[in-house]
Amino acid sequence: MRRTLFEGLTRRPLTEAPPRVGDEMLAELASQLDRTARRRLGRSLSIREVDAGSCNGCELEINALNNAFYDLERFGLRFVASPRHADVLLVTGPVTKNMREALERTYRATPDPKWVVAVGDCAVDGGMFSGSYAVTGGVSKVVPVDLHIHGCPPAPMEILKGLISLLDAQTADRP
Amino acid sequence: MPAIVDTIEGRRIEDHRPWPRLLVTQETWRKIADEIAAGRATLLGLWANAGELYVVHMAFVDQGSTTIAVVSLECPDKTFPSVGAVHPPAIRLERTVHSLYGLRPISAPDPRPWLDLGFWNVKYPLGSRAPASDVRPSYGFLPVEGESLHQIPVGPVHAGIIEPGHFRFTASGETVVRLEERLGYLHKGIETLMMGATVERATKLAARTSGDSTVAYGIAFAHAVESALQMKVPPRAQYLRALMAELERLANHFGDIGAICNDASFALMNAHCGILRELVLRAAAACFGHRLMMDRVVPGGVATDLRPDGLTLLKDALKQFRRRFPRLVELYDNTASLQDRTVSTGIVSGELAQQFGASGYVGRASGRDCDARKSPGYAPYDDLDFAVPVMTAGDVNARVWVRIREVEQSLALVEQIIERLPDGRVAIALNGGTGEGLGFAESFRGDVLVAVRVEGRRVARCHLRDPSWFQWPLLEAAIEGNIVADFPLCNKSFNCSYSGHDL
Repeated sequence: MRRTLFEGLTRRPLTEAPPRVGDEMLAELASQLDRTARRRLGRSLSIREVDAGSCNGCELEINALNNAFYDLERFGLRFVASPRHADVLLVTGPVTKNMREALERTYRATPDPKWVVAVGDCAVDGGMFSGSYAVTGGVSKVVPVDLHIHGCPPAPMEILKGLISLLDAQTADRP
Repeated sequence: MPAIVDTIEGRRIEDHRPWPRLLVTQETWRKIADEIAAGRATLLGLWANAGELYVVHMAFVDQGSTTIAVVSLECPDKTFPSVGAVHPPAIRLERTVHSLYGLRPISAPDPRPWLDLGFWNVKYPLGSRAPASDVRPSYGFLPVEGESLHQIPVGPVHAGIIEPGHFRFTASGETVVRLEERLGYLHKGIETLMMGATVERATKLAARTSGDSTVAYGIAFAHAVESALQMKVPPRAQYLRALMAELERLANHFGDIGAICNDASFALMNAHCGILRELVLRAAAACFGHRLMMDRVVPGGVATDLRPDGLTLLKDALKQFRRRFPRLVELYDNTASLQDRTVSTGIVSGELAQQFGASGYVGRASGRDCDARKSPGYAPYDDLDFAVPVMTAGDVNARVWVRIREVEQSLALVEQIIERLPDGRVAIALNGGTGEGLGFAESFRGDVLVAVRVEGRRVARCHLRDPSWFQWPLLEAAIEGNIVADFPLCNKSFNCSYSGHDL
């Protein structure tokens, strides 16, 4: 263990440079963030992930955000265990009917101000699963969505871009 | 001794391949159930379909052989003799058949619904499709009696970044006396969406049954379709499939070995294993254009050939794994505080693993020598050298060690595949024929079974059976007598699929 720890001190970090955020994402967010929310939160967000019917692909890539290459916490973003501690709900999946109530209750348990980010193609409109008796067909059918991140699943860098754009939109025109 | 399927009478379905399917009587159905209950055969799956008549199917393999067969029973009065009554591993499968089709297993020990949590607005969605009443019936958890017991309901929304499911713990102080799982939250109706879908669309649906095993599902589905249509896949495609499957296995094992240690509060291991996992995914993206290699396996072959520059990255990654992984194994083995958590925690007995026919590391850590790559076996693994690690302790530690040994085997397999990769085409076209097929693939978690009926470029019916069906019930047994705080550790060491199970 000593050798592993020592190497960690001497080796250059694996962490990659933060991604540039596209204007599109900022535009989608700018209108939804009000000034007071920005002031109250500063440049840090707590995220609660909710799997509402995903195949687990999105979860794997969201989990990857915690690895040394992406190191989510350097941006002041961190995953929390309870919606009551969260500012952002990161929702995946087409929202199955069996998960609808759980998602609604999680949303209600999250204190204001809060944002919902829908991750993955099936979270946008149900994707491949739309039309089934068992899915509602997208996160926005159940709770208001502030940002969509496309991809099946979106690569960690894409998810990171979306989350950083949330932070940037907050600090963009702070008084 | 003759194979069980040779001792029974039934009408053989001609276009079912590669193993026989027989239409049998209730009496024969019961006889097979008894053979399975007596341990002379292992249950591989139990599902239904609705055409002109309702039919239930049961797949099984003779003990100690590779003789696989499917028996089918017509259910004109919407009932069939319960297999679960004599063989508990069939109980949840039968509850699912009832919830989806409305077929009733006669004298079944547990009549409660499964997967149907009362939110669908429709009853028996693959059967009568009657409108469901607005009143949601309450679900009775199994009773627990005793002094000073308390219940802890957990989920469906869990604390980590994981899939949803409900766990009902009954504890006496810190000790779990009963865990009851309630699953189905991720039910998307995949089998319904498959019916009538083009083979292309069905392939994509199969690939999204459980995202962590997307390659394995792709292979199992492709095997089933290729058997049904009697297609012969080019050797290069077989090798590329195996390359993807081993990369998927490596990524999952790296990630999970780290995550198991993390659940024992040993974050260092998780950080280092996370790096290895990321390197696999980046190599996969460089080789095949997608980090999880989704939609790369298709019936007839593979969708994309290996990118030449990808191979260089892959070889570099292999060098890193060869250098770094042994040190992490040493770290795991030499950290007493970590071993204290994993050794003798969450034991699954060899008898239970055998009875449930548990595959993957759950079965192999409890003494079951099983691996779909060896038995029934499929190309190109018959040309490759690898061993199937088996242990007997059945605890969290054994499941970690089986995975460690499997990583070593997979590394060797990837090296062999790169060395022997044949030239040639990577796919052949679908032939538009009609037929039924059964296909297997060994995912990192265990054997995936796919049964399909193809009719001229469309899927008439497809059933996908995740290995988790025979692992989830064992988790309930493994946690008994352990402390509540060890549940995440036990659960992660199983890492059953929620999505693959809920469909």
